[in-house]
Amino acid sequence: MTVVGRRARVGDPLRVAVASAAALLALLPVGYIAVSAVLLGPRGIVDLVWRPRVGELLVNTTVLLVATATACAVLGTATAWVTERTDLPGAPVWGALFAAPLAVPAFVTSYAWVSVLPGVDGFVGALVVTTMSYFPLVHLPVAAVLRGLDRDQEDVARALGLSAGAAAVRVVLPAMRPAIVGGALLVGLHLLAEYGALALLRYPTVTVAIYDLFESTFAGPGAIVLAGVLVVLCLVLLAVDVALVGRARRARVGSGAARRRARTPLGAARVPALLGVGLLVVAALGVPLASLVRWLLEGRSTTLEAGPLLTATVTSIGLGLLAAAVTTALTFPVAWLAVRRPGRLPRLLERTAYLGNALPGIVVALALIIVAIRLVPGLYQTTPLLITAYAILFMPLALVNLRAALVRLPPELEDVAHGLGSPPAAVLVRVTAPLLARGAGAAAALVFLAVSTELTATLLLAPTGTTTLATAFWGKATALAYGAAAPYAATMVLISVPAAFLLTRHVHAGVRT
Amino acid sequence: MVVQGRRIVRVVLAAVAGVALLAAAACGGAPAPEDRTITLYNAQHEDLGRLWVDEFTRQTGIPVQIRKGGDFELGNQLVAEGAASPADVFITENSPAMSLVSGAGLFAPVDPATRAQVPAQYSSNRGDWVGIAARTTVVVYNPSLVRADQLPASILEFAQPAWQGRIAFPPGGADFQAIVSAVNALNGDAATQQWLAGLKANGRIYQSNTATMQAVNRGEVPAGIIYHYYWYQDRAESGANSANTQLQFYTDGDAGGFLSVSGGGVLASSKRPAEAQQLLAFLAGAAGQQVLARSENLEYTVGAGVPANPALKPFAELRPPPVDLNALNGPKIVQMMQQAGLL
Repeated sequence: MTVVGRRARVGDPLRVAVASAAALLALLPVGYIAVSAVLLGPRGIVDLVWRPRVGELLVNTTVLLVATATACAVLGTATAWVTERTDLPGAPVWGALFAAPLAVPAFVTSYAWVSVLPGVDGFVGALVVTTMSYFPLVHLPVAAVLRGLDRDQEDVARALGLSAGAAAVRVVLPAMRPAIVGGALLVGLHLLAEYGALALLRYPTVTVAIYDLFESTFAGPGAIVLAGVLVVLCLVLLAVDVALVGRARRARVGSGAARRRARTPLGAARVPALLGVGLLVVAALGVPLASLVRWLLEGRSTTLEAGPLLTATVTSIGLGLLAAAVTTALTFPVAWLAVRRPGRLPRLLERTAYLGNALPGIVVALALIIVAIRLVPGLYQTTPLLITAYAILFMPLALVNLRAALVRLPPELEDVAHGLGSPPAAVLVRVTAPLLARGAGAAAALVFLAVSTELTATLLLAPTGTTTLATAFWGKATALAYGAAAPYAATMVLISVPAAFLLTRHVHAGVRT
Repeated sequence: MVVQGRRIVRVVLAAVAGVALLAAAACGGAPAPEDRTITLYNAQHEDLGRLWVDEFTRQTGIPVQIRKGGDFELGNQLVAEGAASPADVFITENSPAMSLVSGAGLFAPVDPATRAQVPAQYSSNRGDWVGIAARTTVVVYNPSLVRADQLPASILEFAQPAWQGRIAFPPGGADFQAIVSAVNALNGDAATQQWLAGLKANGRIYQSNTATMQAVNRGEVPAGIIYHYYWYQDRAESGANSANTQLQFYTDGDAGGFLSVSGGGVLASSKRPAEAQQLLAFLAGAAGQQVLARSENLEYTVGAGVPANPALKPFAELRPPPVDLNALNGPKIVQMMQQAGLL
């Protein structure tokens, strides 16, 4: 089925160059870890890795990762199916609500749950909070596939004698697989790097321990070695992803619009289904939003200073937009090469680009400090360097979306444009880009959401005096001024709503399969 | 769809170009040559740092840029930056991060007049940083779960089986490590290692002083080890995290009464050393200490004989154990905590 040529074309060298630059950026923190490890020596590494605490952290991390990725895959697929393929009343509204948790930072959700249910901590608490925060990462891509899925494929399967259930398993499930796996991969990468939410829930993972170690004066080497462990975990995750995605062709060749499938009547299951989605929305959105309102009302420190809040809001939005544009542009050649020129180099470049997302912000930031202050001191603590850090951290968010969109875009369209004599740049601007616009929008929206809640890299690398909503919230929350912190968290949620909405529009436009 | 897509592309391209231009304009503004602005790396609480700097600028006309971070974020950042650091002054919540930067040889000697403002035991013995505020270790307890007279006479006893599941502490932060260092300085290696092993077996681990206090307040656990001002601040805010709790002070030389010092120092690489020394002199001197005493921060004053905020237990009644701040938190402490499985 794979109909992809290996002919080299004009324009490829430029794409390879940009993609290589992106991969090199992602390798920068890994290089920092490697050099630190070499300086530490084999003996030092063994001493720091081979101890019970590291085993404990590895088990915690792996167990939570598998459990959360599975829970998100199941929950995200279920919500996508129920909103896209059944006659659930108000389905579009529910669909939008299921994207909305992405607008709430995980540490706010975590704090909210801890204050509502004080006993929620440890593994169960971590599983609940991370699943509530991350299941939209699966819901969105799966809903997009379900919406765009051509009914003819299922009908053909039925005509060839399969039952409705078997047709779903043989046709629909394989079509959803890249979306489910891609979403679960993002969930896994998020989990590997998550600190704030898990720290509050008293569930130590490798990343939580890394931050703890950086809080200790002389523990630099220990933290670096643990970061190395994290890189290995990320590589394992990526290998699993490759094994699960498969490489079959998913683009549809043919003219005209795909036929949408009629919605399945829920019948007697309607009430339980409504109850289920209602409960989920309360858990994922209601709890954190109610907590924000409570902080706003309680607490003596609730004096809203409009000036600083406005400045922080503008800064957060500006940084988010800039990072979203740069990261998406930087990632496009990586995704394009991986899909259109499958081979060892493109695959290597693509896999490399994923590494940054699994590393804690502090490791990426320290690597950039050390490199920038020596090689490009003029860029140190400037916006471009901060945007670079964001790009390293969040490239995978863009990559997954661009890859999924490209896979479903028939290469023939580009080939035909070439054949008709369009130069490569014109093909990119007139054919590829417009067809990818919504996928790229989703990529940019996810990056925007991540940047608006990023804390550590921002603290270390932003130009001195910069305040974002996230750093202001953190500064006030650590000073126990929850009343004063709440407006910043609330605004963080507000500015994320358009991005979350953009993600659902991506779904509703439908990417034809 | 294609037409609409093309419009989206055009809008996106225009947005990228616009934002790039803005960024270029923002980066282009180089400081004027007569600019006296100095940069403060502030690991103290944000509000206190802001109060200090505003008053300093009002008195001297010297503008101060603030970079906010945690003790070891900024400490590690300064070490990574080395001599190229843009920072002029560094202030922290606890002294170990000062020792980190001091150990890397990055501080300039503090002006003697400034050093004279602060009692010697609250400053570096190398003369490269001084104390600017202090916090005392306390045990926060929930009287409905444990009576004051049931609390142990020493925090070392929390490692005993009687406290299984009944003591909370935040081992991850800079704060608790300073306390472990104090236990080590006062009681030796063997006792410290035993204490840590006991806490690992008995204790409930929380992420921060606040989380520990909240857990005690909610009745999840009867007692916890924290610093005093988190409790006083919460009482001043709304009491939501402390209303059901009381504080136990250790005033007889036990490590449970350890006084941790916030430090301030001038970077050797500062390009405006005169202004930087002026800021440090202000922080440790009468003017800066009065700002602290009047603030809602509720840490203790240490310099120029300025009394602490009257809401606090008087400083003279604390009688902390004698601990050499310069000897705190060596690599050994981290190793011991790693061995105990706490890090």
